[in-house]
Parts: sequence; structure tokens; C-alpha cells
Amino acid sequence: MTTIQQTGSQPPAGLNPIQWLKKNLFSTWFNTLLTFVSALVIFFVLKGLFTWVLTAADWTPVVKNLKLFAVGQYPIEEMWRVGTILAIVSFLMGLSWGVWGGTVRTFAIALAVGFTLIALLPFDLYPGNENQPDLILRLGFIAHPILVVMGYSLGRTSVVKSRFLLGLWLISFVLTILLLRGFEGNQILPRVATGLWGGLLLTFLLALVGIVASFPIGILLALGRWSSLPMVKLFCTLFIELVRGVPLVTILFMASIILPLFLPENLRIDRVMRAMLGMTLFAAAYMAENVRGGLQAIPKGQIEAAHAVGLTGSQTMLLIVLPQALRIVIPAIVGQFIALFMDTTLAIMVGLVELLAVGKTVLNSNPAWLLKDKEVYLFIAVLFWLFTYSMSYASHKLEVALGVGKR
Amino acid sequence: MILQWVAQIVSAVAVVGFLIFFANNVLQAAHARGLDLGYGFVGQAAGFPLGESLIEYDPAHSFGYAFLVGILNTLKVALVSIVLATLLGILAALARLSTNWLVSKIASVYIELIRNIPLLVQLFFWYFAVFLQLPSVQESFELPGPIYLSQRGLYMVWARPTSTFWAWLIFLGVAVVLSGALHQILFRYQIRTGRTTYPVATALVVLIGLPLAGWFLVGGTPLAKTVPELGKFNFSGGLRLTPEFAALLAGLVIYTGAFTAEVVRAGILAVNRGQFEAARALGLSPGQVLRLVVFPQALRVIIPPLISQYLNLTKNSSLAVLIGYPDLFFVGRTIINQAGRAVPVFGLIMASYLVMSLTTSVIMNIYNRRVRLVER
Repeated sequence: MTTIQQTGSQPPAGLNPIQWLKKNLFSTWFNTLLTFVSALVIFFVLKGLFTWVLTAADWTPVVKNLKLFAVGQYPIEEMWRVGTILAIVSFLMGLSWGVWGGTVRTFAIALAVGFTLIALLPFDLYPGNENQPDLILRLGFIAHPILVVMGYSLGRTSVVKSRFLLGLWLISFVLTILLLRGFEGNQILPRVATGLWGGLLLTFLLALVGIVASFPIGILLALGRWSSLPMVKLFCTLFIELVRGVPLVTILFMASIILPLFLPENLRIDRVMRAMLGMTLFAAAYMAENVRGGLQAIPKGQIEAAHAVGLTGSQTMLLIVLPQALRIVIPAIVGQFIALFMDTTLAIMVGLVELLAVGKTVLNSNPAWLLKDKEVYLFIAVLFWLFTYSMSYASHKLEVALGVGKR
Repeated sequence: MILQWVAQIVSAVAVVGFLIFFANNVLQAAHARGLDLGYGFVGQAAGFPLGESLIEYDPAHSFGYAFLVGILNTLKVALVSIVLATLLGILAALARLSTNWLVSKIASVYIELIRNIPLLVQLFFWYFAVFLQLPSVQESFELPGPIYLSQRGLYMVWARPTSTFWAWLIFLGVAVVLSGALHQILFRYQIRTGRTTYPVATALVVLIGLPLAGWFLVGGTPLAKTVPELGKFNFSGGLRLTPEFAALLAGLVIYTGAFTAEVVRAGILAVNRGQFEAARALGLSPGQVLRLVVFPQALRVIIPPLISQYLNLTKNSSLAVLIGYPDLFFVGRTIINQAGRAVPVFGLIMASYLVMSLTTSVIMNIYNRRVRLVER
């Protein structure tokens, strides 16, 4: 799992810079040699990188296709839906900052700054279109800091309870899907085929749906594997081990090619849904193992005490064991979300146009960009890195805040 | 009690019913579309070429044989990657633990950078942006070795077995067995009697001396050096790694190396400082402390997560399909396209991965049991 470990190498108090240098870089002749070699390596790598990025690299394939990278083929006239969803996220993030404080603060601020930066990008956000959507888009992005602050001030008034806020996030998730999808024959919200979803939007959706849907399934599987009923235990164990024993590629392949054969003729699921189903099943098996870890960490005394005060088996499970177990595994679940977020790239296998697939399409779309693979894949790598690194940073902070392993 | 039985029976009926529903649909679909669910096709000629193979292969060989080629290719890339990733991981872990601030920072940047970028993005980068954009064979890069890098892949110096190689291999095998046995016997004797018997030194002398003697005794060198030489259109001689294999290897090694580094680092950090100090106080040298005290204890912590890293690597090698390396999944998918037998071939693919996963974890678990702490 991706976590950040702090290496205690800041200059400790009481050492002046020269002493610190001597202690950490030049303590022995071997250390001095190492320092010089590493400094040389760093110098040449950075020099090469900067010269390439600033002079040789040609970023037109990226700059000209920002919309594709963001949402894929999602129709331009329906883009306001994506904008609305982003606005809701910004507002809720501000609200969470007000209610929960702590790590959320960093993220709310990062979100506001990020959107502002997008609004100030020095090139056309909608190449090939009139200036107007570009301007509206910029105005939309620049409004996000305000939304965050509004949410924050509302959150501070303690009108919103923590549990209520959690419910809001869940509702907004369902709303997101409904809004993006639209309804058949509706005038205001016409149906947008899932085949048109793409880019970063699809990447996030795949990971989110995977983790949210796999959560209840994973808990059930974990309870099944933990239960004393041999039949239930056998089936759950078989499912978990089977899924964990094969690569995600095969699961996705099964969901998209084999599954349609297994279903009756009249039951047809579209490609994106099939991929989501595959990701969910895959995530559920790993989720189950995470939850099992939490279940095993609950002392037996808790269960015995619950029985002693007269709770039934299911009451013990729901009120005593699960809440404690889930609290322990939150960081592991965040870690799993990050892994799943990175694994969404495999959806390219079954023809989904998520972030990486957009990159590949863009490269093939113009003969002049045929050899621009370095630029495009570096751009995608940096995007992924920004998201996953900040998420693992958050997860680490969360771990500290929850005091996992300390109690 | 009765409730439990009811729950069991209900769940069993539900699962079995679900399976029957699926199977029924498959059979119906198979009947309606004329799909064949049997394995009769395995003996038919495959009819498609494969980029590379460890054993001789051409399109006239059977589907089953092609699948075997795929399995061997997966094993090849997985084994080579595991060895290299472990070495890289240990190196990066030691670097990150180094007291030298700069070295430790470089290692941290490598680990945090690589672990947070999807493997597939890295593989695409290596394949499409690096290996496919190398210069043509005529203008290939020359690295010390010599190693030549070009669009055709990587060519390097290699050792080619000659006719006397097999005879020499016998010497090598005998030396390995003999030195192992000698070490055990002498070591036991030393423990029993307390007399110094130099078990390691003796074993090393046998291990190196016997093959060395064999080298000259078999007549003619068993391994000949083969150097890649640029011909009119391509290199001849040496070892060739295709761009697909090289990109997959680079991606898997660098990615898994970063994860292995964290596993190794956690293992070393898990050894109590007191152990180190106590061993020093007993008069062991720093090398002995590492070899006899720190390392065996760190290993105990490292092995279980390392197993799962190796398994992950093997499963991740299936991403080869997206850069055209003919691994197990690639060949399986090609067979599905060619023969149209989606269900049986898919069963084969799943079974192969499961067998690999289970075998690895069984072997590693046995090893793990051997190094596990024996409590009183």
C-alpha cells in the first residue's frame, strides 16, 4: 500500500548548518565520495530533464486536448453537468473542512488553489471552439475558492452534524452518477451514453464506484469468511482466494467478454457498467481481506462482554464488532482506493477511454504527434502522481489522527 | 442451531442455484450460437505467429503448444524480474536507510515517485516512448559491455553453451550438493564438539574449486563468449532482448523494486536496536552482527510481504498483453480470437494463474515456516 514514511533527517535543533552538513554528508571519506557521486547524478538528471522540458519537448498534443483528457467525448453542451458536480464537491469539501477540520483543511485549500490555477492557465481551454465557453469555464473555475469558503463558513456554524455530512457525501455520489447519465427522453437531462464518458472523469468514476460498491460486498464476504457456518465460509473463502489469485486483467476480461455469454439474451449491460462490475468484484475480494484484518484485531473480550450484557449475535456484530473493526481498517481502505485508482488504467484493455486511453487516442489522432509519446505519457504520469501522492499523504495523516496502532 | 442450519442450506441453495443459472445460460448460448465448450481444439494447428518463444515455435504447432509457449514466456519474464527487482529493492532500501542525507533522499524520491504512478503508464512510457523511439540498428547506442540499444531491442554479450557444457554442468551439480552437505556435516560437528572446523571456508573451496577443475578437465571451454556484431541489416550473435521484453522487464523491475525496497526497509527497522547492541557487546564483528543477528530476524519480517510482492509481479506481468509481449494472457486472448472458444480458453488462463499463485505461496510458506521464530 502506498503510504508516506517520515525519515527523520531534518536538521535537529542545536546543530548549525555546517555541523549538520558534516554529520550527514561528509562524516567519513566513503560518505564524502557517496555525496559527490549522488550530487553529480542529481545534477545531470535535473539538467537533462529541464533542458528537455523547456526546449525540446512539444506539449501541443496535451495542450490542444485538455478537454479530452478531462472528460473524454462527453458532449460540450452537457458539460455544465460536470461543472455542477465539481461545484458540489468543492462546496462539500469546504463544509467538511468546517465540520471536521484537520487534514481536510489542506485538501480544501489545495482544491481551491488547483481550480484557480486551472482558471488562470495561459492557453485555450477549449481549442477549436469560440471564446465564449472558454470564458464561462474560467469563470466557473475561479468561483471554486468562493464555494469552498462558503462551505467552510456554513460548516463552522455547527448546523451540520458529522454524520449528516457523511450522508451528504453519499447522496452527492449517487447524484453524480444520475446527473452524468441523465434520463431517457428527458428534455433538460437527456441521456448521455456511457460510451461518451472518458478521461479523468471516467478514471475517478471507475475507482469511486469500485470502492463504494465493493464496501458492502466486502463486509459481507469478510463476515462470511469469519462465520462459523462451514458452507458460507467455504463459498466466501473460495470467491476471495479465486479473485485474489488471478490478475485484474483477467477479471476485467471476464466481465466484458465472458459475462455476456453467461447472461440471458435479454439482459444486456453496457461496456462501462461491465467494467465497473469487474472492478467491483475485484475490489470486493481485497476489501474483504482488509475488513477481516479489522475483525481479527477486535479482542474476544468485546464479544463476550456484549453477550454478557444480553446482546444477540447480530446486535453484537452490528453495534460492537463492526464499528470498531471498520475504524481500524479506514487507512487500509484508503490505500486500496489509491491502488484501485491506479488500476483503472487497465480498463483500456476492454475498450474504455479513461485517462491513459485518451493519451493513446490523442497520439494516434494526428500524424504530427506520432512521436510525442514521451510528453503525453509524462503528462499522464504527473497527473496520476499528483492525485495518488496527495491521497496517500491524506491517508497517512488520517492514520495519525485515528491513532491506529497507538491504542 | 436450527437457524444456523437453515442459513447454511439457504446460502448453499442460493450459490448452487446461481451457478446452475449461469451454466444453463452458457449452454443455451452455446447451443444457439454453435459455440463449442470442449477442449477438442487444443490439438489443432494454431496458425498465428508469436513474437518470441523459449522453445521452437511456428504457426503449424497446435493451440495447446502455443499456450505452453505463453506460459513459458510469463515464467521467463516473471523469474528474471523477481531476481532483478529483489536486488534493486535491497539496494534502494539500504540507500534509504543510509546515514548519508543525499543518498537517502534520492532513494526516497525514487520510491515515492514510482509507487504512485500506475504500472501501465510506466510500461507504456518504457515501450512507446523509450524502446520504440530508439535509433535504428545502424545508429544504435553503444553502452559499455558492449550493450547495443536500438529499435530492434537490446543486444548484449552472452555466454553460449558449447558441446562440453553438459559435462561441465555435472561438475557444477556435484559441487553444489557436495559443498552443501560438507557445510552441514562440519557445522554440526562444530556445534557438537566445539572444535573450529571452518564449515563456510571448506564449502566455498569445494563450490568454486570443483567447477574450476571441471572447466579444464572437460576439454574445451564449456561456455563460449558471444559478442553481438553489426551485420548488414541486423546484429548477429550475443543475447537479444526484444523491445517488448525489455520494456516489460524495465517496467516490472523498477515498479516492484520500489515496493520491495519498502518491505526490506520495514524488515530491517523491525529488528530491535538492543539486538544489535547486545551482539556487539558479545564481541561479534559488525559483519557477523548483520549476518548472524540482524539479517535472520529481519528476514522473518520480510518474507511474508515479499511473497505477496512476487505474486503481484507475476500477476502484473499480464499487462504484457497491452505492449504485445506474447505472455500467457496474450496467447490465450489470441487463441480466443482465432478459435472462438472463449469459455474453455478462459478457464485455462484462470487455472494457469491460480496454479502459479498457489505454487509460489506454498513454496514460500514452507520456507517461511523454516525461518519462523520458534517460541519456547
